[in-house]
Amino acid sequence: MLSRVANSIYWMTRYIERAENLARFIDVSSNVILDQPEAAAKQWEPLVRTTSDEKYFREHYGEFTASNVRNFLTFDREYSNSILSSLSQARENARTVREAISSEAWEVLNENYLAVKHAALQGAAAANSDFYTEVKRQSHLFNGVFDSTMSRDKGWYFANIGRFLERADKTSRILDVKYFTLLPSFDDVDTTLDDLLWSAVLRSVSGFEMYRKRYHSLTINRVVEFLVLDTKFPRSIHYCVRTAIGSLNRVGGPEDNIALKQAAAIEAKLCNVTAKEVINGGLHEFIDGIQKELNRLGEAIHETYFARRDELHATPVKLLSATQSQSQSLTN
Amino acid sequence: MTNHHHFGEYQTENFFDEMLDANGVPRQGAEPLLKCINELPPGELVTRQQSIERALMRMGITFTVYGDEAGTEKIFPFDVIPRIVQAFEWRHIEAGLKQRIEALNRFIDDIYHDQAIVKDGILPRHTLEKAKSFRKQCIGLKPPKGVWCHITGTDLVRHSDGAIYVLEDNLRCPSGVSYVLQNRLVMKRSFPQMFADSNVRPVINYPAQLFKTLSSISPDGNPEPTVVVLTPGIFNSAYYEHSFLAQQMGVELVQGEDLVVENDIVYMLTTDGLEKVDVIYRRIDDDFLDPKHFRKDSMLGVPGLLDAYRQGNVALANAPGTGVADDKVIYAYVPEMIHYYMGEEPVLPNVPTYICERDDDRKYVLEHLDELVVKAANEAGGYGMLIGTQSTLEQRQEFAKRIEDDPRNYIAQPTLALSRVPTNVGDHFEGRHVDLRPYVLYGGDSVWVLPGGLTRVALKKGSLVVNSSQGGGSKDTWVIADQELDATDLKVTL
Repeated sequence: MLSRVANSIYWMTRYIERAENLARFIDVSSNVILDQPEAAAKQWEPLVRTTSDEKYFREHYGEFTASNVRNFLTFDREYSNSILSSLSQARENARTVREAISSEAWEVLNENYLAVKHAALQGAAAANSDFYTEVKRQSHLFNGVFDSTMSRDKGWYFANIGRFLERADKTSRILDVKYFTLLPSFDDVDTTLDDLLWSAVLRSVSGFEMYRKRYHSLTINRVVEFLVLDTKFPRSIHYCVRTAIGSLNRVGGPEDNIALKQAAAIEAKLCNVTAKEVINGGLHEFIDGIQKELNRLGEAIHETYFARRDELHATPVKLLSATQSQSQSLTN
Repeated sequence: MTNHHHFGEYQTENFFDEMLDANGVPRQGAEPLLKCINELPPGELVTRQQSIERALMRMGITFTVYGDEAGTEKIFPFDVIPRIVQAFEWRHIEAGLKQRIEALNRFIDDIYHDQAIVKDGILPRHTLEKAKSFRKQCIGLKPPKGVWCHITGTDLVRHSDGAIYVLEDNLRCPSGVSYVLQNRLVMKRSFPQMFADSNVRPVINYPAQLFKTLSSISPDGNPEPTVVVLTPGIFNSAYYEHSFLAQQMGVELVQGEDLVVENDIVYMLTTDGLEKVDVIYRRIDDDFLDPKHFRKDSMLGVPGLLDAYRQGNVALANAPGTGVADDKVIYAYVPEMIHYYMGEEPVLPNVPTYICERDDDRKYVLEHLDELVVKAANEAGGYGMLIGTQSTLEQRQEFAKRIEDDPRNYIAQPTLALSRVPTNVGDHFEGRHVDLRPYVLYGGDSVWVLPGGLTRVALKKGSLVVNSSQGGGSKDTWVIADQELDATDLKVTL
């Protein structure tokens, strides 16, 4: 598979997953806010904080109102990590590799992008729960169509790597933010929680029902265990990392594969820790560490599979796609 | 006919209509289609037209608009009423195209080797040497099997006299064939009943034929060569077509940055390292192909590609230098080429052409600018053109000056009354002018003509300009099968 094509497929699925997770993020915040209206403004602010683009937000929007935050995260074309921008970049990546993916998958993505673009014309009013549900559904549809129309060759595995790395990163962010906004004090750890708020968080990763099956009652330790360490739930960090490793193994690469080594190190870390240890050592610090390691894995993948052509070219011809990875910030 | 709701007051006027004769009677082969259209309830055609346009947008069958906001994409406007080509007529067109491509190929081979046609005084030497697309770098090249132009799109028009003329040849990177295939696809989805009785010849096997043609020129005769399509990239207006053809053939779509030449061998850069490339269907013009030998500032090409080609390590389709025959002055000499190389009469005539560098022709052109169409020798897409009948005095004066300053660069042709086809205009039909671009594949051992082609239609009332860049659209082209002769053709081999 052409390195350029592999790179584009990897980023295509990352951006689709990114848009989906952002939709989840906004939706869960809306849900939580509806259940505790008196703290509304407080709930929107951390959402912007997680983007690390608070300065941009303040300059362009000012107040942390629901419609400002929704507009910013959903439809802002200038903001490179909005849902619209993410889908636009996913589609541009797909457009450069249309010959390498199935027409069916391309059409789903194209339609999703066109629908979001259309909704953007209507502004914040269009950014309602149905809209976010549809963004999520379209992403699921893409994954399903992709899975059932693509041969299990390199393209598919690169798509999988992109999808699961992005997902691992985003699950960790959802947990990080909600843990601090929902948990009143350290003393509450390991007690049975008020179902309402944490079930909303679990619903945001479509994990509520699966969690219930596994543990029945809600405790912080168990939520952390479920979202970070569970090996069966498809949005838990451990599951995502493990799946990405499976795909990395299938695409092969050099003998001294730094990407595989890095991925294995992350998995080892997740295997050798309990939820209790994570919380006692500081959940935020743990998550921060995982995110940094995921970023390093992203860089290692770039070095191993996509950047090789740069060395081979004697002439310094750097075209658009070669600079792509720099503009695609890993630390949104 | 005339009392039916769809055709209303439809008039062929004084034009040749491809569907109806002067009395409003359907031409042979068009009856089943007309019957089907007439059975549709009012408003149905418009509804389906809109649903086709939505489908094209959803499928992303679009082209990039130059000069517009970056990344603006539009669908190529599509009209649901197909253009019919009768079986006997297609036979004539096919024979003419085969003859023409053979002559053009011999010409190109000749001018890059012996130049006999120049030595024998048929083509003036300065006409050849001043052709912008003549590539001195290609002198002496020996393309595999001696074939230079593997893929050709020749523009044909029909005049009010009923005859088909060749308007121009496109030997560089003719585009549009993807629209032929996709137009057919959406037509079959939207109007399956129209096809039922019409015996339309299929176009679906173009990618298979293209792949066969490309494989056949593999330099070392490898029966399973690595074939790639080389595109300038996503910002090229024909990018959709490049990716479509690569996808349909199941080959890699590469950009210049994906290729590297080492020891005169072309490789592509894959996640597993370097992989040798045997055949390149290039959709990049000569100028940008190899910065080492052509334009130094090209970022699109591959340094050293021409050396690899010279060494016979890679095949290029079309061969570099082929574009010389796209020069509109060279085009004027094709009938002479057919006489000279083949000793035959041209089956398809050229549009009568005045060559401005000839004194008598230039004098005539300058005196008749208001009735002629003037074209620059190396422009395409409807640019660099004067349509005398629709011009202002100022425009004519400007062109007169251009012609006098550089007569070699201009030709002129009479304004043709292009034939028309009924076209959907809201709730009724009106005649709109069309041309036809059939596609010819030439592998050296055989010539294959796609039964159909891109029918471009000037959607603006009265307009003669069919280019997509000038507000043109397209129609599906239905070549009607001759039940007996085309029986094998109806069993498509994929």
